[in-house]
Amino acid sequence: MADTLFHKVWNAHAVRTLPSGQTQLFVGLHLVHEVTTPQAFDMLRQHGWRVAFPERTFATVDHIVPTRSQQRPFVDLMAEEMTSALERNCRDAGIRLWAPDNENQGIVHVIGPELGLTQPGMTIACGDSHTSTHGALGAIAFGIGTSQVRDVLASQCLALDPLKVRRIDVNGTLGRGVYAKDVILTIIRRLGVQGGVGYAYEYGGSTLEAMTVDERMTICNMSIEGGARVGYVNPDDTTFAFLRGRPFAPSGDAFDRAVAWWRQIASDANASYGDRVSFDASAIEPTVTWGINPGQSVAVSEPIAAEPNDEALAFMGFRPGARVQGTRIDVAFIGSCTNGRLSDLEEAARIVRGHRVAPHVKALIVPGSRAVRREAEARGLHEIFIDAGFEWRGAGCSMCLGMNPDRLEGNQISASSSNRNFKGRQGSPTGRTLLMSPAMVAAAAIAGEVVDVREILEGVPA
Amino acid sequence: MTASPQPSSPSPGAAGAVTEIHGRGLPLRGHDIDTDRIMPARFLVAVSFEGLERHLFEDDRQADARHPFNDPRFTGASILVVNANFGCGSSREHAPQGLGRAGIRAVVGESFSEIFQGNAAMLGMPCFVASHADVERLQTLIETAPQTSISADVASGTITAGTLAFAATLPPALRDGFLSGQWNPTAMLLANFDEVRAVAARLPYIRGF
Repeated sequence: MADTLFHKVWNAHAVRTLPSGQTQLFVGLHLVHEVTTPQAFDMLRQHGWRVAFPERTFATVDHIVPTRSQQRPFVDLMAEEMTSALERNCRDAGIRLWAPDNENQGIVHVIGPELGLTQPGMTIACGDSHTSTHGALGAIAFGIGTSQVRDVLASQCLALDPLKVRRIDVNGTLGRGVYAKDVILTIIRRLGVQGGVGYAYEYGGSTLEAMTVDERMTICNMSIEGGARVGYVNPDDTTFAFLRGRPFAPSGDAFDRAVAWWRQIASDANASYGDRVSFDASAIEPTVTWGINPGQSVAVSEPIAAEPNDEALAFMGFRPGARVQGTRIDVAFIGSCTNGRLSDLEEAARIVRGHRVAPHVKALIVPGSRAVRREAEARGLHEIFIDAGFEWRGAGCSMCLGMNPDRLEGNQISASSSNRNFKGRQGSPTGRTLLMSPAMVAAAAIAGEVVDVREILEGVPA
Repeated sequence: MTASPQPSSPSPGAAGAVTEIHGRGLPLRGHDIDTDRIMPARFLVAVSFEGLERHLFEDDRQADARHPFNDPRFTGASILVVNANFGCGSSREHAPQGLGRAGIRAVVGESFSEIFQGNAAMLGMPCFVASHADVERLQTLIETAPQTSISADVASGTITAGTLAFAATLPPALRDGFLSGQWNPTAMLLANFDEVRAVAARLPYIRGF
């Protein structure tokens, strides 16, 4: 019977139906970081429980690491204590950890795919809502809370209700200067920040088929901003080519056998869905948020559509009917699990090359992982950024969230390639975030205000 | 071969059944209140949940002296009444942990983010879903008469407050878990470890393809 990837993966991992009616679902890969796990390890100790599958559990440090200097001990003593606690917990349990000084360290959602840990057909869990990112490779990946982290550590299982699947087709060719970030912001704007509750989002159509795995990760990453806990793209030749040769991917004959299974696990052509929606790629424009949730966005040239008494307008300091284009920015941030990969930095560098950051703008480039940083340096991207006046930082979550020294101050306005524009999200209670593609952030950094990246790209060779 | 990888231990869910929540209410108006607002990120730089109740809505409370969590009329409330998409955003359990540690035992709202509702359930805190009109009526009632005693019945989903009574829902699995005292699933997940091993052993990526 024709079925979706979601249901095939679910069924392959279902252990049994619990007395509650929920499914006991086996978790194929558990990713762990320093913020949402110390309490879970404590709970295990209180019960005298061991980690059931340490070999299916991998850890890194990303949220609290400083990006300016990653010298230990960290200046923030609590950040140091959290890192030490994770090191101790992983050592005791036999869990592989990529600590801040390890060459594989990085944002958990960047390194999973990078190392080939993330594979099609897996169930994945991590104590972080952006775990949906891993769906870009055809995995079913759940963001979970700390009590669930405890459950996965102790049993390698979660108790879950199944989700419905909404198929989201995007067809056609994106215009120049329009990126995966614009696609997902447009999807969330139309379907709403709550529209995905109860659904897994399956993204497809010719636009998604033409995208790289990096671009698909940007889309799947922000599924949760649309309310969908899970988002995925069916695995295809692009996925398999991405995985070949990665350290934890199968190799040799096993790779070919894996590809055969990965093809089977994809949604069947005539699968039925709980809902279907479609988007025309050619109608999507460079998109920016104007408000305090990721659904509050507009095309850069378009006036803000909001009720005059909307609290978001007051917080952001926009008048109804105003345009975001032309808004003076204080900070430009390129990084995060949404847009901190090598291809994001390459696109930003194409725009930055030969220009200078506006004098009043503090501009940061924060690679999503040490590997991204190394590869960018091998290609000379760091020199382009440094010459232009950007700060070139170490890997981590950085200014996406206020959990490390990289924070907005006062009511600064930030052009940010990250995923959330919530009040206070970037570390200052009155700080203001404008979400956009990395290319748009790069263009804003140079202009000192929000601009339409298409105008800049006119002078850049294709 | 043992059925469980773990030494026997009482279920952490043995805290008991959650059948009815009584208490005064705290009305918190607004849609899409995210977990960064409930518990700002800087308070997650810690290795325990202790003391989180002090930082609940800290930035919103600083910005607005009349924030309901600043209002002494609602001190001691145990039922939080919210609007749509409450708890969206980050999966941080620190948000419901902070609420629970501040004395909140149940939340009544128009809708919740899935992760927040699940995290709250793991702490024995039901998140009841009711209609927009009923939630607004309850919020208005509490604002007018903060001493009103509210009761939320898990089995029937009935919310009662003074002369107001309306129906609310919980996902059936969570409702049954609260009623049976099995709202924390760890013990159930550990009860059949041979089956877990068997599923793992069948998965192509664990077998090495």
